[in-house]
Amino acid sequence: MNLKLMEDKGTLVAAVTGEIDHHNALLLREKVDRQIAAMRPAELCIDLSGVEFMDSSGLGFIMGRYRSMAGLGGKVSVKGAKGRVEAVLQMAGAYRYVEKIEGGNPV
Amino acid sequence: MTVINQVKLVLPAKSINESYARIAAAALAAQFDPTVEQLADVKTAVSEAVTNVIVHAYRDRKDGKIYITMKLTQDGRIVIAVRDTGCGIADVSQARQPCFTTAPGEERSGMGFSIMETFMDTLRVSSRPGRGTTVTMSKRLR
Ligand SMILES: Nc1ncnc2c1ncn2[C@@H]1O[C@H](COP(=O)(O)OP(=O)(O)OP(=O)(O)O)[C@@H](O)[C@H]1O
Ligand SMILES: [Mg+2]
Repeated sequence: MNLKLMEDKGTLVAAVTGEIDHHNALLLREKVDRQIAAMRPAELCIDLSGVEFMDSSGLGFIMGRYRSMAGLGGKVSVKGAKGRVEAVLQMAGAYRYVEKIEGGNPV
Repeated sequence: MTVINQVKLVLPAKSINESYARIAAAALAAQFDPTVEQLADVKTAVSEAVTNVIVHAYRDRKDGKIYITMKLTQDGRIVIAVRDTGCGIADVSQARQPCFTTAPGEERSGMGFSIMETFMDTLRVSSRPGRGTTVTMSKRLR
């Protein structure tokens, strides 16, 4: 798992590559939360276009960030999920809480 | 059920072994030439079962072990059993409900069993409180 954090007009973009499971979701959470605390973005955009594997721990990571961002008055968006990563998000109804960003340039 | 290949693994219940377990399952499944989607289904289901052992079954223990048996059958299926000797589940049908979790404060969504059920063809959960749990799942690959 690899994480790239970028700032784009008040939005924190977290581009993840590789695999998101319980083991590395903990690490992901720590790094993203540290940046949220420092930057206080209005939006967190989680880019999953480079993620080849994600299980319910990744879902927990996304929903957890949804809750903490909502607590700060901000929102979460997700883009680039494909294959079974997208199936997991759909199955859990995650897009009722986080906005799905379609298309656009890969970061 | 004629078994044509079988692998048994005993792993310490450490999160670093989650990826090992699903890669081992994918490597065995590959002998049936599955599609990319079928492989992803098997990997995701195994990851769910193994993560549950680590985060729920052995929650207060450091020395737990995960026992995994994987079989390929003559008729083209993979059968995977993930067993632990942890805390067990008091009410299995409640635990299998979507969104039911006993660990909401740890960013768990209660979707693990639903994912196993959706991505595999069959899922059986047998558990005894205080003794442990066995999750057995199968999927036709050819
Ligand atoms: N091996 C196990 N030993 C003991 N309890 C278990 C085991 N597997 C599952 N459970 C119980 O069943 C519940 C539901 O499991 P499930 O995997 O569906 O959701 P979760 O693990 O809580 O959340 P998620 O999988 O979405 O991160 C768990 O919260 C836990 O109480
Ligand atoms: Mg689970």
